Amino acid sequence: MTQYDIAVIGGGNAALCAAMTAAEAGAKVLILETAPKAYRGGNSRHTRNFRCMHKAPLGPLVEAYSEDEYFDDLMKVTKGKTDEKLARLAIRSSEECLPWMEDHGVRFQPSLSGTLSLARTNAFFMGGGKSLVNAYYRKAAKLGVDVLYEAAVTHFELEGDNIAWVDYTHAGQSHRITPKSVVVASGGFQADTDWLTRAWGPAARNFLIRGTPYNRGVVLADLLKQGVNQVGDADQCHAVAIDGRAPKFDGGIVTRLDCVPFSIVVNKDAERFYDEGEDVWPKRYAIWGRLVAAQPDQVGHVVIDSKSINLFMPSVFPPLKADTLEELAEMMDIDGSKLTSTVEEFNASCGDTSAFHPTELDGVATSGLTPAKSNWARPITEPPFYGYSLRTGVTFTYLGLKVDENAQCSTSDGAIKNLWAAGETMAGSILGQGYLAGYGMTIGTVFGRIAGREAAAYAS
Amino acid sequence: MQADLIQEARRQAEICNACRYCEGYCSVFPSLHANRAFTDGDITQLANLCHNCRGCYYACQYTAPHEFDLNLPAALAEVRRDSWESFAWPQPVARKFNTHGGAIVLALVAGFALLFAAIKAIGSAGGEGFYAALSHNAMVAIFAPAFLLPLVSITVGVRRYWREVGGQGLTFSDVSGAFGRAAKMQDLAAGHGEGCNFEDEERFSQGRRQVHQAIMYGFLLCFASTSVATIMHYVFEIPAPYPLFSLPKLFGISGGLLLTAGCLGMVTLKLKSDRALGDTKAWGGDIAFIALLGFVSFSGLALYALGSTAAMPALLAIHLGAVLAFFLLTPFTKMAHGFYRLAALIRDAQRKRLSQ
Repeated sequence: MTQYDIAVIGGGNAALCAAMTAAEAGAKVLILETAPKAYRGGNSRHTRNFRCMHKAPLGPLVEAYSEDEYFDDLMKVTKGKTDEKLARLAIRSSEECLPWMEDHGVRFQPSLSGTLSLARTNAFFMGGGKSLVNAYYRKAAKLGVDVLYEAAVTHFELEGDNIAWVDYTHAGQSHRITPKSVVVASGGFQADTDWLTRAWGPAARNFLIRGTPYNRGVVLADLLKQGVNQVGDADQCHAVAIDGRAPKFDGGIVTRLDCVPFSIVVNKDAERFYDEGEDVWPKRYAIWGRLVAAQPDQVGHVVIDSKSINLFMPSVFPPLKADTLEELAEMMDIDGSKLTSTVEEFNASCGDTSAFHPTELDGVATSGLTPAKSNWARPITEPPFYGYSLRTGVTFTYLGLKVDENAQCSTSDGAIKNLWAAGETMAGSILGQGYLAGYGMTIGTVFGRIAGREAAAYAS
Repeated sequence: MQADLIQEARRQAEICNACRYCEGYCSVFPSLHANRAFTDGDITQLANLCHNCRGCYYACQYTAPHEFDLNLPAALAEVRRDSWESFAWPQPVARKFNTHGGAIVLALVAGFALLFAAIKAIGSAGGEGFYAALSHNAMVAIFAPAFLLPLVSITVGVRRYWREVGGQGLTFSDVSGAFGRAAKMQDLAAGHGEGCNFEDEERFSQGRRQVHQAIMYGFLLCFASTSVATIMHYVFEIPAPYPLFSLPKLFGISGGLLLTAGCLGMVTLKLKSDRALGDTKAWGGDIAFIALLGFVSFSGLALYALGSTAAMPALLAIHLGAVLAFFLLTPFTKMAHGFYRLAALIRDAQRKRLSQ
């Protein structure tokens, strides 16, 4: 059996960046990916872009996006809960990542239709994240990296400041390997509903998981149990409001709904609970995951009328459609007369709508209504009426491994000399809460490369 | 049109339209993303824009075993073939060849038989070269209708297509834009220009684009050879046989070599590719058609090489028999795709112009 210098746990973007970097430094690398080949790549297969600093137009990116502006954008969404040193390291390194990614087979495309607001800040992968993952597996194979699919790591043996061995199962057999260095890049624990329920309470049973069902946090739990330093709160995660009919796992991008700003959203008691028009949707969709999670049965119902049906990106599932609000309420399994009175109350509080503008903050607001709707508030009057259900969709959890600027893990006694972490499993080291579109892939690429570099240097 | 095929393609297109990750690959996706809902005509147009490069399949996060079970290249390939069969005229033969490779072989054998019989029954009227085996007038009597009837048939089909997809009055730029894309086979290159995913899973390669170019340009050179010869015969009264350094021979030999090599290459690539990403029912028909096309060019080369030997009359019958079968089957085999593809590209150029 081959003696590997480095074992990389996980098979997504961060794992592949680490593996390729280490292999280029001369190390013999084994990737242990718990998913079968068809589902390889973790959450990376569902991604579409990465956020990239640039001083001048770069690849598909227009104009410039400075380190400070990028950092300010991050601070706005995390409300200051950010490790500035690591965040700035990721931001600064992102610029050199783009040509590196191209060298390793990734191809970019212009900002997708419907996402023009990201053309300056986010570089879109042609074909999306799965094509990035495919390109990296091709490149890794050329570099001599070995990959085992359906290889589930069960245990790391931590002896003092050293990982002595790694246990995994593959094809029904248990195996033990003793690599010199180990990189953990196996994501969060969101697919383990029991763990999520311990962190969130019973509400978590109703959450949908937007990405891979394989991120169950097995390695993370094993390391935390042995005293490896952790970071982040167990109930912090990237969670958005998605179509309630989405599959339990792996629904990915298509389950998002962009109709909330043109709607009213009610809970199962047919009552509104938040300002639907607070800001443009790309800046608000991530808070709606938590808003819906706080409602009874963790469900929301979107109501729009025929005026608004063509104002947002098409949904993957067709909307509920009815000629009266009563009928729509029946389809949603909520009280029809209550919904009608909620809509009537909302309609009565709408004012002059002549300034309505679907893509800008138009100030078309309600008056005297609680909660208010601050923009795009047009009365819901024109049948047919349309409805969607909303549920909380978790992308990834933030509780993870604490790393330093070398992506190295530690215990309370200091650094573990041969253990590094990259990607979602250590993203909590940077993100305390909130999320900035495309930043996950930036963290994965930057820290994956650092982890690969450090792991190879130690192994040689 | 088969409603179930259209409906399955529509189901998939609606998922694509909520994702849009593949926008940069080819002409299909910008066209798809311009719609909110898809009429049968929209789906037919998307199907004929698709060149089955498979880039979207290998990039897709929703392919099986995912429950969305996307396989857009296959869904569109099935609609595409069904659309040619639905628009074809006359209808009784519309569905006899695309999905029946054996029928193509039978047609070829019938072509041979007819030409052998013609040579035997009519023979020469004292001409030189090939005309020593079969008179020029007899060749014209057989091949003029065999060329013109399929042209009429294709015209009827493409007109039906144009109505179905809502095509409007043409401008020069619609047509020139489409010819430009077809000439470069841009839709087999992906947005990054590195080719398609065909013979080796998701590895990008120019292989299919190159063999397809060889087939297309080889065919056009052969066609040019025949056209030039026709003009030389009737306008300049220079009848065949022609020397090596003449336009008909130079076009014919280079075209024949390209076409033969292209067809061999295409069959090789197809055998390596994953059949499930195409129209599985048309697999045999497609292979038989490519083999027929390759045989037309190969037998033409053989005829040239051995034209002054005793084998000539037999080779002539075989070559002309293959040409006859190929011409007559044009509207009912994969050959039709060239015409529909071009119409789809013209319609797409028109859509882009009208949406500006």
